[in-house]
Amino acid sequence: MATGTRPPRPPSGVHGASRAAIGARHLRTDRWWLAPAGTAAGLLAFVAYSTWRAFANADYYAAPYVSPFYSPCLAENCQEMRGGPNLDLVGSWWGLSPALLILVFPLGFRLTCYYYRKAYYRSFWASPPACAVAEPHSRYTGETRFPLVLQNLHRYFFYAAVPVAAVLTYDTVLTFRDADYAWGHMGAGTLLFLLNAALIWAYTLSCHSCRHIMGGRLRHFSRHPVRYRLWGWVSRLNARHMQLAWASLVSVAACDLYVYLLATGAFTDPRIF
Amino acid sequence: MTTYDARFRIWRGDADGGGLRDFTVEVHDGEVVLDIVHRLQATEAPDLAVRWNCKAGKCGSCSAEVNGRPRLMCMTRMSVFDRAETVTITPLRAFPVVRDLVTDVSFNYRKAREVPAFVPPEGVGPGEYRMQQVDVDRSQEFRKCIECFLCQDTCHVVRDHEENKEAFAGPRFLMRVAELDMHPLDAAAASGLDRRRAAQEEHGLGYCNITKCCTEVCPEGIRITDNALIPLKERAADRKYDPLVWLGNRILRRRPDAP
Repeated sequence: MATGTRPPRPPSGVHGASRAAIGARHLRTDRWWLAPAGTAAGLLAFVAYSTWRAFANADYYAAPYVSPFYSPCLAENCQEMRGGPNLDLVGSWWGLSPALLILVFPLGFRLTCYYYRKAYYRSFWASPPACAVAEPHSRYTGETRFPLVLQNLHRYFFYAAVPVAAVLTYDTVLTFRDADYAWGHMGAGTLLFLLNAALIWAYTLSCHSCRHIMGGRLRHFSRHPVRYRLWGWVSRLNARHMQLAWASLVSVAACDLYVYLLATGAFTDPRIF
Repeated sequence: MTTYDARFRIWRGDADGGGLRDFTVEVHDGEVVLDIVHRLQATEAPDLAVRWNCKAGKCGSCSAEVNGRPRLMCMTRMSVFDRAETVTITPLRAFPVVRDLVTDVSFNYRKAREVPAFVPPEGVGPGEYRMQQVDVDRSQEFRKCIECFLCQDTCHVVRDHEENKEAFAGPRFLMRVAELDMHPLDAAAASGLDRRRAAQEEHGLGYCNITKCCTEVCPEGIRITDNALIPLKERAADRKYDPLVWLGNRILRRRPDAP
C-alpha cells in the first residue's frame, strides 16, 4: 500500500452488507435537489447582503427611519438619531460597526431556530440533502456534541429576540414622525416598517421554544387555562414558522435596503400624509 | 375502465445479493402499487416476497420505497405516476433485507422494548383513570401511529449510519417517549424514572437534527417533528441545559416533573 493511503472504508448505511444490494445512493426521480438548492441560494443571498450592510457602518439612518440592522445602536460611534434607538451601553472603545453588537442576538436566534436548523443541515451540510437521499458523511453524531449541543440554548436567544423585536416596534412607532421629528407623518417606509414589525413579532412568537415556554412543558392543560390558551395561539402561529422565518428575513432586509436607498439619496420617501 | 401497460423495476434478491428486475404489468383504473405487486405474483413472479395485510393503510405492513421514497404500497395510487415512466419498487433500505420486498424490522421491536411502559399512578386502579380531553389531545395524535416504520426507514441517523442504531431509538420511539411524558397520569417520575433525561441519555434524542423527513413520510399525517420531537427536545433542555429552570424549581420547590 502506498504511504499515506487509507484502506477503503467498509460499505455502510444504505450500502451496508445486510441491506438490499442497490448501488445508487437514492432512487428518487423527482427534483429533490430543488428545495435544498433554493434554500441555500436564499440564505446565501441574505448572508451576503447582511454582511455587507453590517460592516458598512454607513447609510443606516434617514430620518425618521433607522435600519433594523443597527437598532438598537449600542456604541458611542452610532449616528445620532433624535428620540431614536441610541443606547450607548458599550462606550467609545468599540471601533467597528455598531450593527455587529446587536446582530449577534437575532443571528443567534435564527441560527439555533428549529426551522433554520433543518434548512441549513439539509442545504449546506447535506445531512441529509433530502429525505431518503444518502448523506455523504461517514460519521454522524447530530446534536450530541460540542458545538451543536449548543443548539439547546435556543430559548436564551428567544429571550434576547423579544426585546430586539420591541425595539424594532419602537422604531416603527417613530416612523410616524417626519424628517423634522414632528408627529403626524406616514410614508411608504412606515408601511414597510409596520409590515416588518408584524412579521418579526409573528416569527419570534411562533418559535418552538416560545411554544414550550407558554405551555408546552405542562402535563395538565386543564389546570392552566390561560397558558393553554396562549399555547394554542402560539401553536397556530408555529404551524407557519417556516413561512414566517422567510417572510421576516425578507422584510428585515427590505427595510434595511429602503433606509439605505433613502440615506444615499436614491429616492425620497413617498409621503402618504 | 381504462387499462394500460406500465413498466416496473422491482428489487429481487436476498441478503446474499440481488438486483432490480424489469416487468411490464397491466394497470387498471383506481389501482394502487400493491395491486400491481399482487398481479405480478399472480402472473409472472409467483415467488415474489411481499409483506402486506389490510390494504387500507391501517396495518403498516406494506412499507416499501417507491421511486426512492418510503411509502405504503397500498396507499400509493398508480394515477400519481406518469404512464410512460418506469416505477421502481425496492424494500426499505434502512433495514436488513430478508427477501425481495421484505425486510427484517426487528430493530424497531428492540427499540420498543427499551422504552419503559406507562407507569400507573398509585392508588388508581384499572377503570378508575379520569383525564380531561385537553390533557390527552397531544398524546392522542401520536396514538394514530400504525407502526409502518417509514419514519424509522427515512431517518438518516440510522439509515445512513448503521452504527447509530445502538444509541438512537428513532422518531417512532422518541415519539412514544414524548407521548408518555405528556400523559397526564403517567407516574414515571414518582417511581424514579426521568423520561426527559432518558430521552437524551438513553434513547439518543440528541442525534435528531430535526430535518423533518419523519414527518414528510408519515402516512397518518402525524406532525412527529413539531409535536413530538421538538417538544421533547425542549423538555430535555429544561432538564439538562437550562439553569434558569433548575433554579426556578429549587426556589419554588417545584417537583421537576412539571405541573
